[in-house]
Amino acid sequence: MLIFEHSRPGRRNYSQAPITKAEKSNIPKNLLRKSPPLLPEVSEMDTVRHYTRLSQKNFSIDTEFYPLGSCTMKYNPRACNALAMLPQFLARHPLAPEDSGQGFMACMYELQEILKDVTGMAGVSLTPMAGAQGELIGVMMIRAYHEAHGDTKRTEIIIPDAAHGTNPATAVMCGYKVVEIATDKEGDVDMDALKAAVGPQTAGLMLTNPSTLGVFEKNVSEMSRIVHEAGGLLYYDGANLNAVLGKVKPGDMGFDVIHINLHKTFSTPHGGGGPGAAPVGVAERLLPYLPIPTVTKTDKGAYRWLTEKDLPKSIGRLSAHMGNAGVLLRAYIYVRLLGFDGMHRISEFATLNANYLMAQLREAGFEIAYPTRRASHEFIVTLKEIKDKTGVTAMNLAKRLLDKGYHAPTTYFPILVPECLLIEPAETESKETLDAFVAAMKEILVEIQKQPEMVKGAPHNMPLRKLDDVKAARELDLTWKPAS
Amino acid sequence: MPFIPHTEEDIAEMLAKIGASSIEELFDEIPPELKSGKLTRVPPGLTEMEVTRLMLERAQADGFYSNFIGAGAYDHHIPAAVWQITTRGEFYSSYTPYQAEASQGTLQLLYEFQTMMASLTGMDVSNASLYDGASALAEAALMAVRQHKTSRRILIPKTAHPNYRKVLRAIVSNQQIEVVEIPFCEESGQVLVEQIESFGQEEFAALVIPQPNFFGVFEQVDALTNWAHQKNALVIAVVNPMALALLTPPGEWGDRGADIAVGEGQPLGIPLSSGGPYFGFMTCKEELVRQMPGRIIGRTVDLDNKPGFVLTLQAREQHIRRSKATSNICTNQGLMVTAATIYMSLLGPDGLRRVAAQSHANTLALVEQLEKLPGVKRAFSAPFFHEAAITLPGAVTEILQALKAQHILGGLSLDEFYPGQRNTLLVCATETKTKADLDQYVDVLSQILKKINK
Repeated sequence: MLIFEHSRPGRRNYSQAPITKAEKSNIPKNLLRKSPPLLPEVSEMDTVRHYTRLSQKNFSIDTEFYPLGSCTMKYNPRACNALAMLPQFLARHPLAPEDSGQGFMACMYELQEILKDVTGMAGVSLTPMAGAQGELIGVMMIRAYHEAHGDTKRTEIIIPDAAHGTNPATAVMCGYKVVEIATDKEGDVDMDALKAAVGPQTAGLMLTNPSTLGVFEKNVSEMSRIVHEAGGLLYYDGANLNAVLGKVKPGDMGFDVIHINLHKTFSTPHGGGGPGAAPVGVAERLLPYLPIPTVTKTDKGAYRWLTEKDLPKSIGRLSAHMGNAGVLLRAYIYVRLLGFDGMHRISEFATLNANYLMAQLREAGFEIAYPTRRASHEFIVTLKEIKDKTGVTAMNLAKRLLDKGYHAPTTYFPILVPECLLIEPAETESKETLDAFVAAMKEILVEIQKQPEMVKGAPHNMPLRKLDDVKAARELDLTWKPAS
Repeated sequence: MPFIPHTEEDIAEMLAKIGASSIEELFDEIPPELKSGKLTRVPPGLTEMEVTRLMLERAQADGFYSNFIGAGAYDHHIPAAVWQITTRGEFYSSYTPYQAEASQGTLQLLYEFQTMMASLTGMDVSNASLYDGASALAEAALMAVRQHKTSRRILIPKTAHPNYRKVLRAIVSNQQIEVVEIPFCEESGQVLVEQIESFGQEEFAALVIPQPNFFGVFEQVDALTNWAHQKNALVIAVVNPMALALLTPPGEWGDRGADIAVGEGQPLGIPLSSGGPYFGFMTCKEELVRQMPGRIIGRTVDLDNKPGFVLTLQAREQHIRRSKATSNICTNQGLMVTAATIYMSLLGPDGLRRVAAQSHANTLALVEQLEKLPGVKRAFSAPFFHEAAITLPGAVTEILQALKAQHILGGLSLDEFYPGQRNTLLVCATETKTKADLDQYVDVLSQILKKINK
């Protein structure tokens, strides 16, 4: 039932709005709306019940194992939420004077410094509001750098075919042409393809390392040399930073600009699809182009915002204020809880969990896409052979996992591995959880042999069975309409 | 080990299964020369008790003020139920609803949100949110250019939020789109059709119309909408969703209505929180839906014909279309939309209207009292919503400092954004302000002005 179907004309919540009707008004009559908006008229209790019940129809980290590859679904500590929601932080207006926000700004400054350290970059700006915005800002800085050097013939960005879709979409949003390069059999970028693609027209290369294939690009230093020699810059997509945190710094790998998904590596909540936060880090030569605002500490120990006046070459402002401040606070609290020892432990135990799960699934009879490689914090299982023999697809298996109380791994990404499941068990999962997941996967393998049609019809135990995507797109129903 | 459950025994068993002698061995594909040294600027870990103490100290350092600043982020009462439900783990810690059968809660909520926003703005369809109001405007401009096909020129009045104009420019200039700022009437604070006629002589893709504008002033939206449509351009409305509880929705502006409406969703149950996370909303006419960026939820049925919800029109999006997507946006502001949907349900049409009307009445009452002080006057003659520009007989920065000493954040100085508006303060009094709050503001300001003018 929709919230609108609980609605009764005239029902309202007397505690939640001013009791007396405001009498004073000078709004011209011709500007007033003629009919009220379609908002439900429901009691507070009905609202609470409705949305509590809806929440119960979701899988979440707090309720299920969520091995979603490339998404780093780790536990979101409750303290991070509780302390970021202290009333003074919530009440602070973004345009309040700096001297009334020194506590908040101290957190932001320290977060910048910590992120500089773990990434090996010279400067960090916290303003990007999601991974894709971090990418946009990063590529804008590459562009600004070339333009400032009168280097206007660089029109292409090179992107491996395993990359997230946001990479090519971002390059295009920045006015670049995308040159996609292939991956070799071992899951590394094809070096011959890279050499052939690089030239005086190359503005930069966007790379995710470890890649979305779950392996570390061994040739990253060589790639860096090739691109830099051609005059291009290197962009690091930090989607998989969880795999190498405290082990390898993107700055040491030769990257000029990076973004870090705080909603992945630094455990801020995914919130059913945001808000994220994706600070960008830059090497020395890109410092002047960082987006505003960033926080600086004055000689007197006070914190203040750097604006256009301080950074005249900045690519500018990408949010009305300073990005997703509350998300940044959560990440700051998380890094303070972890401390320096906690940083490398993240990558160590994420990697341990992934390699253990890979070994177990291999033993259970699943085909690993890159069997000769170590897993990073994630790995790929391919169901191509199973599909050829039984007709059961990766999506069918994913839906059957839901029946067994596990969120599905990422399916059909990266696109270059057929019938793939990208599996990422974050460091916060225990061995028992991984073992139980393996047991469920084994059960499904048996079901695929004995009852393939049942698996193809999954899910069976969820509130709904398989939903009709085609109907949804063909007969668009995007808003509820009251029966007339 | 914070948040890592492994015992020594677990580690040993897991390594044995993998066939590795140590965890470090699992990193053996990383070239040794790339392995970094110790972190030097990350402090040692703290317990939750220690972090709590630290954060309480930081929060207390920031303190509380009686806030009269608006300028795009507004202080409204947020019912307790909003964030108690929103931060339930099932909403807080879930991912984007790609697995529809395991995400019906989030998906249904987003469908309800789309319905509410479409109705509030008088449009046909809504997406499931963008990052914030400013970036939503930039996406709307890109959308208008894609739709218009022949012009890459966007007209935006200087009465639009200065930071929105900056964000717009930063994002769309990557695609050789020209942003032209058009003037306003210094007397009324509005954009007047007769003053902008010359800007329409060259073709343009869209006209941006803020309602209310950055000064709180109502624009002549019908005349502006018709003007742009006569020139074959689209109309992008930038609206405050709270104001729409009272005002004609963009879908009904002029003869044909605006084509796209965007804005900052923060007034709908989102705390000020130093500027974010908030959420941008975007609604539009049905014929533009395939040009719309971001996630969109549709209602459909399952194998048993039971109604359910899915992400739809994904062929527009980056994870399918890659370089041909309508935008690079992936993550939106889901949790903020969860809060806003619960907020709008709790308030209902009447509650939202009361909040909007009281905010308008409070600001009007405050301005009327302030006008009685010597040397204080309205900067603009046109009526306003819940925010107004007032001219003071002295330097605004100093006056604001003096107000702050009395725990009042008196508003925003316009000097920085509008060098022409000397000694002008943008002040906002929402429904959260009582008559006593307004009186106190006027008293304190009156004393400060007396001192200055001595």
